[in-house]
Amino acid sequence: MGKLLVWSLFVLMFFLHQDFWWWEESFLVFGFLPIGLAYHAGFSLACSVLGWLAIQYAWPEELEKFADSDDKSSHP
Amino acid sequence: MTTLIVILCYLLLLLSLGFFSNRLFRGTSKDYFVASHSIGPFLLLMSVFGTTMTAFALVGSTGKSFERGVGTYGLMASISGLVHAAIFFLVGIRLWAFGKKYGYITQIQFFRARFESNGLGYLLFPILVLLVVPYLLIGIIGAGKVIEPVTAGAFPLLFTDPSAPPWLGGIPPWLTGLVVSLVVLTYVFMGGSRGAAYANTLQTIVFMIMGLVAFVFIIDGLGGLEKAGKVPIRVNESGLVVQDFKFDKEKDQLLENETPKVVGKVLDSENSNLTDQQPHFWREPTTVEFKKKNPKTGELIPFERELGFAFLTFVTYLFIPLSVGMFPHLFQHWLTAKSAKSFKLTVIAHPLCIMIVWVPCVLVGAWASGVLPPGIPPPAVLSAMLNLLVGDPVLTGLLTAGVLAAIMSSLDSQFLCLGTIFTNDIVVHRAGQNKFTDKQIILIARVFIVVIVALTYALAMLAKDANVFDLAIWCFSGFSALFPVVFAALYWKRATKQGAVASILAAVVTWMYYFHLSGYGGEYFVGSGIVPAAICFGASSVAMIVVSLVTSPPSLKTLGKFFPEIDSTS
Repeated sequence: MGKLLVWSLFVLMFFLHQDFWWWEESFLVFGFLPIGLAYHAGFSLACSVLGWLAIQYAWPEELEKFADSDDKSSHP
Repeated sequence: MTTLIVILCYLLLLLSLGFFSNRLFRGTSKDYFVASHSIGPFLLLMSVFGTTMTAFALVGSTGKSFERGVGTYGLMASISGLVHAAIFFLVGIRLWAFGKKYGYITQIQFFRARFESNGLGYLLFPILVLLVVPYLLIGIIGAGKVIEPVTAGAFPLLFTDPSAPPWLGGIPPWLTGLVVSLVVLTYVFMGGSRGAAYANTLQTIVFMIMGLVAFVFIIDGLGGLEKAGKVPIRVNESGLVVQDFKFDKEKDQLLENETPKVVGKVLDSENSNLTDQQPHFWREPTTVEFKKKNPKTGELIPFERELGFAFLTFVTYLFIPLSVGMFPHLFQHWLTAKSAKSFKLTVIAHPLCIMIVWVPCVLVGAWASGVLPPGIPPPAVLSAMLNLLVGDPVLTGLLTAGVLAAIMSSLDSQFLCLGTIFTNDIVVHRAGQNKFTDKQIILIARVFIVVIVALTYALAMLAKDANVFDLAIWCFSGFSALFPVVFAALYWKRATKQGAVASILAAVVTWMYYFHLSGYGGEYFVGSGIVPAAICFGASSVAMIVVSLVTSPPSLKTLGKFFPEIDSTS
């Protein structure tokens, strides 16, 4: 369930990145930040939160165990 | 001269760090190439971030925003925050696991084993070198462009042929490139990957702090944040492009022009509401005719520039950041990690670090349009703004050292990585593991690094006027076209050796075709704005799928090795 949520949010983020609705706008947020830049700065923050969620709910614990296990029978 | 002394002090600090890391060097090739898998979360974040952020991030983003506006951030930075973090998570950790378990040091070792093919390594090696070289070039070219303006006037009798008349007496790009190459070469030579990780950490901290300090001083020079927001060029009611302000060096103050200074005119725009708008703040494509002065005759020459981005360009740019999945130098950094947990901080903090560096750069580039001549070369915009608005030579030296730090923190990893893959994948692979001692292996890597540094320096001098941003995009496009190879290798059991070869060839042929059409490194779009990387990626993916499906699957032994039942994502 956690992994499904993370991957769904990931796909949603791809769509949210295409902010065509503000493509022609140039108004300033906080008096200095153009909306097209402010939105994408917020997007970067959201990416960081998504990374945290991915670590919480989709972290591949098994890969670490696999890497640290002693079985190297198939060493190249 | 003071500025130059500060920069030289910083370079000496880096050299001393190389000597320090040399004292920690354990003398083994594994320590030289992957720091004996001992790098923790913070060092990993700093070295991965420092490696991916180069002249492209500071010099390139500021210059691109000066040319095209604030859409530059969404185009590269915010999508990279999403795609890079996903690749660290999906590709980086998995490759680290295979690398640690089976003892891989390079990408090619992994691909040879996964696709059961020695020949694949020989095919991939020259392609990786070919694609890393433009990345190296932008570092050396970017360094040269930054130092010359800030040292203008230091040696007027010695350096009499500047790139632009106001920079007479500044350190010429050929000398900056030479010094930067030698400094990076020295600490990589001595400290290997551990030295590169320490130097990257120091340099990443330096360039992030100095970037923010520069931003604060530029804001101060422009009279505060709100005033800065009014500075970029504006379109008046007649469709003329005007600068409303000028910076008075003597009064050290931003002054409003009595009558707006006309610097260009709008030729074409899809935006219906242009009057009193600042074109650098929207993203709708707008063609403007500017004029620039011929440095020899003083004559004003018209030139066209398109501000903003076609929406199709913006969407297809998402293919560019996929390149991090195939960067050989990043692969090597991943393998230095002590454990998979070391990646956690990188996954969370990487998008934030990108934001901290890129937002100020993109703003400065847009603001620069209002106070700098439109014809100034884009890579020189950042240092020209520092020179114009930050009067103190010590501070200018520190800020320039920050820019150099960003550049060198990528160069070191790339030089080291090329030495590593040549030594391990070509020399040792051909001769056999027991043919050389550890000391000989390290010596071979060091000699190859010296050769690559010399070659890169020579090429950088030939391509000294290339656009840093565009050249970087070509490099990233090539690596993103190869991304299907690594993704299929990790997640698709049916991917075969023949599929991988076809995928690599499709990527290279399409990349070379478009690179040729671009005039070897210029900005180029297919149709109404598709970036070539999207098409190269598509061709590479189709080749991988089709050829894999019509050829015999990998052996059960190989599948057991790379697709053990270790998690539910495979």
